[in-house]
Amino acid sequence: MSKTSLRYGWLGTGGPPALVFLTFVGAWYGYSALVGPTERNISSPYPHAVVQTVFGDLSNLTELLKATWVTTKVAGVGLVIAMAVGILFAVLMSQAKWIERSFYPYAVLLQTVPILALVPLIGLRWGFGFKSRVIVCVIISLFPIITNTLFGLKSTERGHGDLFLLHNAPRLTRLRKLHFPAALPAMFTGFRISAGLSVIGAIVGDFFFGRGQKGLGIKIRDYTNFLETEMLIGGIILSALLGIAMFQVFGFIGRVITGAWHDGA
Amino acid sequence: MTSLTSAPALTFDKVSMVFPDGTKALDEVSLTVRPGEFVSIVGPSGCGKSTVLRIASGLLSPSEGQVELDDQNIGYVFQDATLLPWRSVQKNIELFMELEGVDKQARRENAAAAIELVGLSGFEKHHPIRLSGGMKMRVSLARSLTLHPGLFLFDEPFGALDEITRERLNDELIALFLRERFGGLFITHSISEATFLSTRVLVMSDRPGRIVGDFEIPFEYPRSEELRYDPLFAELSGTISQALRDGHS
Ligand SMILES: Nc1ncnc2c1ncn2[C@@H]1O[C@H](COP(=O)(O)OP(=O)(O)O)[C@@H](O)[C@H]1O
Ligand SMILES: [Mg+2]
Repeated sequence: MSKTSLRYGWLGTGGPPALVFLTFVGAWYGYSALVGPTERNISSPYPHAVVQTVFGDLSNLTELLKATWVTTKVAGVGLVIAMAVGILFAVLMSQAKWIERSFYPYAVLLQTVPILALVPLIGLRWGFGFKSRVIVCVIISLFPIITNTLFGLKSTERGHGDLFLLHNAPRLTRLRKLHFPAALPAMFTGFRISAGLSVIGAIVGDFFFGRGQKGLGIKIRDYTNFLETEMLIGGIILSALLGIAMFQVFGFIGRVITGAWHDGA
Repeated sequence: MTSLTSAPALTFDKVSMVFPDGTKALDEVSLTVRPGEFVSIVGPSGCGKSTVLRIASGLLSPSEGQVELDDQNIGYVFQDATLLPWRSVQKNIELFMELEGVDKQARRENAAAAIELVGLSGFEKHHPIRLSGGMKMRVSLARSLTLHPGLFLFDEPFGALDEITRERLNDELIALFLRERFGGLFITHSISEATFLSTRVLVMSDRPGRIVGDFEIPFEYPRSEELRYDPLFAELSGTISQALRDGHS
């Protein structure tokens, strides 16, 4: 048990969030009852109806899980590409001020241009399928990886740098044995943020690039068109769970790699 | 003890340092450290003591004056232990050998010997985050010992430690000094620490740092705890303290 949970009893455990959840579900029931007291309610079905439809029917659940898997693939591939590109650019930018100054404005641009404004162009250029969806994921998740990695690479303590300078260690050795390991905790912070963003990117991409295997976004759009609100909510729940899972996976890998020496998240 | 007539391990000849921002840190500092000599520098904080060591190590080039090093192989122990947090004790101690291209087998053996010497056996796999301040300092010492440097630079290495740990490490440092016979240049703000450890104590003035006092410490090594209560020890400490106050304008 952690210190907090000892000091605050149930307040330090899962108690408070559970209470919020119950309140939320209660409010949902109230709202559903208010809006449409009929058995099947298109705009706001009862929570138990959602649970029944989504988790009570194996074929429905399989349908959603399949779509979740497709989205996972898109988000995963996009994230891996963003990690490779982001680390590469951060390393380059850390090597010389002029390189950093040359690229940083474009990294910011990538972050500030609304992704939806870019989507049509991406579609025309790379088609309306898997590839374009991945590109959306890369664009949306690149910035936190670049900035966090760069911040990490530049956060090396001067005293540590002196150790390497005293022994005339070449640049590449310093990068490998000093700057890179020092940057790991910050890099994982970036990966965690981007993992969540990449899932968002995959779902946004689905809305526009519907060719090929159907991801959660495409299903969500279909359910909306057919007024299958329970399944629509199921899709929302699964995309949220996927985002959380991706976030947690990188939190876990980060702890495995840096947990022994870094006390942080 | 090594003869004091052999070539100096380190010589400063009228070394001055002005930083790019105009801060004048050192003013014509001249000093010599011979092999087998343990020289301490005491001086008020900010007077340029660390700058002396950074120049001696080559991390910084002086604005004026000459620096001569007999052997490029130097040990450098900083005030904070500067251990790499992602490396275990063993790996931290191997770092300098790694950077100098020592092969793996020799690294293992030298690290094991150094670990034994500073009394860290059993802690090889620990990460620095799990060590006390005194233990971190021992790792830092061991890391430099692996290369058997001819000159050892110490920048207030025990300044952040409690009195008991500090005195224990003083004893251990003297044992290492007698065993390895390096030339030592030791920065401290503790007069009693300087007197206890050294063959010679230099006193620096306020910034810009100048050497304003140079005192032989005649006690035989190994030095015992009782020395700290010796009347002559107290008298010497008093004289040094007076010189320090006189240099304080
Ligand atoms: N890189 C630097 N640029 C400008 N001033 C510096 C630099 N390094 C040290 N100084 C200044 O030089 C003076 C001496 O510093 P230092 O040698 O660290 O003092 P000490 O170790 O005696 O406390 C201080 O006033 C410090 O602020
Ligand atoms: Mg200092």
